[in-house]
Amino acid sequence: MLEVKNIYKSYGDVHILNGVSFTMKKDETKVIIGPSGTGKSTLLRCINQLSPPDKGQVWLNGKEITDPKSNINKMREKIGFVFQDFNLFNHLTALRNVSIGLEKVKKIEKDEARKRAMQELTRVGLEAQAAQYPAQLSGGQKQRVGIARALAMDPDLILFDEPTSALDPELIGDVLDVMKSLCGKVAMLVVTHEMGFARNVADEIIFMEGGVIVEQGSPKEMFSNAKMARTREFLGRIGALYGDEEGG
Amino acid sequence: MAADFGQFFLNSLPDLLSGLGNTLLLTFISVIAGFLLGIVLALGRVYGNKIVNGLCVGYIELIRGTPLLVQLFIIYFGLPSVGIIFTPIQAALLGLSINSGAYQAEYLRGAIQSVESGQMNAARSLGMNKLQSIQHVILPQALRISIPAWSNEFIYLLQYSSIAYVIQVSELTAEGKFIAAQTFRYLEVFAMIAVIYLMLTIVSSEIIDRIAKRLSIPGIGAAKRLSLRDI
Repeated sequence: MLEVKNIYKSYGDVHILNGVSFTMKKDETKVIIGPSGTGKSTLLRCINQLSPPDKGQVWLNGKEITDPKSNINKMREKIGFVFQDFNLFNHLTALRNVSIGLEKVKKIEKDEARKRAMQELTRVGLEAQAAQYPAQLSGGQKQRVGIARALAMDPDLILFDEPTSALDPELIGDVLDVMKSLCGKVAMLVVTHEMGFARNVADEIIFMEGGVIVEQGSPKEMFSNAKMARTREFLGRIGALYGDEEGG
Repeated sequence: MAADFGQFFLNSLPDLLSGLGNTLLLTFISVIAGFLLGIVLALGRVYGNKIVNGLCVGYIELIRGTPLLVQLFIIYFGLPSVGIIFTPIQAALLGLSINSGAYQAEYLRGAIQSVESGQMNAARSLGMNKLQSIQHVILPQALRISIPAWSNEFIYLLQYSSIAYVIQVSELTAEGKFIAAQTFRYLEVFAMIAVIYLMLTIVSSEIIDRIAKRLSIPGIGAAKRLSLRDI
């Protein structure tokens, strides 16, 4: 479904990504872990072309996104993006945040769009907050609206860029629960430090460092039997820091 | 004296009111035309390519770098020599709009740039094209941010529309000058005019303030007022 081939990206002299390739199957969940500044977020932005890669290709459902001739706006409808700092539209209610893509991009009639938006808000447990504005929501609520906004477009793939990093510890669980509930219903590519989520939910874990994939494998392989010394060291350290229990 | 002033006031009123009509006409048309021009220029500056950006900068610098009075003189007294002739009111509307557009462009540019870049990223991620993102996400926020600066521009235009009297537009100040020249009661006439401008300014700021409150984004407006009080 998603094919990422040999992606390179640099900003000036700083080489962020140095040839990253991997594939994802339909409705699969993959978690990308790795130290800060390793290019994990840049990789997500290269996939949906928010920052187009310098070299390499991204294919979604047999179509090349990186082809300059492809209609990138049409392709992005199929790729949801959930941001670390939410990026909800400040001037719109939670409901309108979710419905605006349906109204303006999918051109769905207003009442129908809002009805569907309400279903997505209900799915993330926020039907009571539909009329509130982003500044009136807690961080965890904002992020759940962010997820509902991505879901409403009925994407094939959702990219999560450290979705819980900006949240208070006690709010992280709600967001992770929503993400878990999506498992197997839509493909998810998640950059996160939440080891509990990675271990319990991911079909595969990708460990990145220095702009390349160091190692990838199932959570079981990675946590108990990583091949590379660097992977074991990183997982050991991050496990001590964040805890490797579920929701930890 | 008091009775005499009352009579004088009543006698002057019809002329002053007709002048006031022109003042309001100049202010409203110019502020709206300048706003539309300002949006185009501001978008050109923020999102345009090098050429578009250069043209917008050139226009803004040219207009802001020359006095409004000179601009009006060029339009009204200068252009006829190349065959372009405007009535006084047309020339004043054109000059004030062109001038206000340059200033409003800079207010709006600042407001557009103060909308977080993540808003554009989020809009594009949903599949909106650039124009849709600007229309549905960036401008609704930028325009709210620009209201206080815009309120200044409105008051500025209200008062500086008086400069149109130098190209024979019979607006409020011109009417006053005419009455004063006939009656030699300069102090009373211009005091009356000052009071009229003052009342218009107070009323219009109050109206704009209410509009701003109505349009304020829940949660954000309250936080702003709180932080002001904290200072």
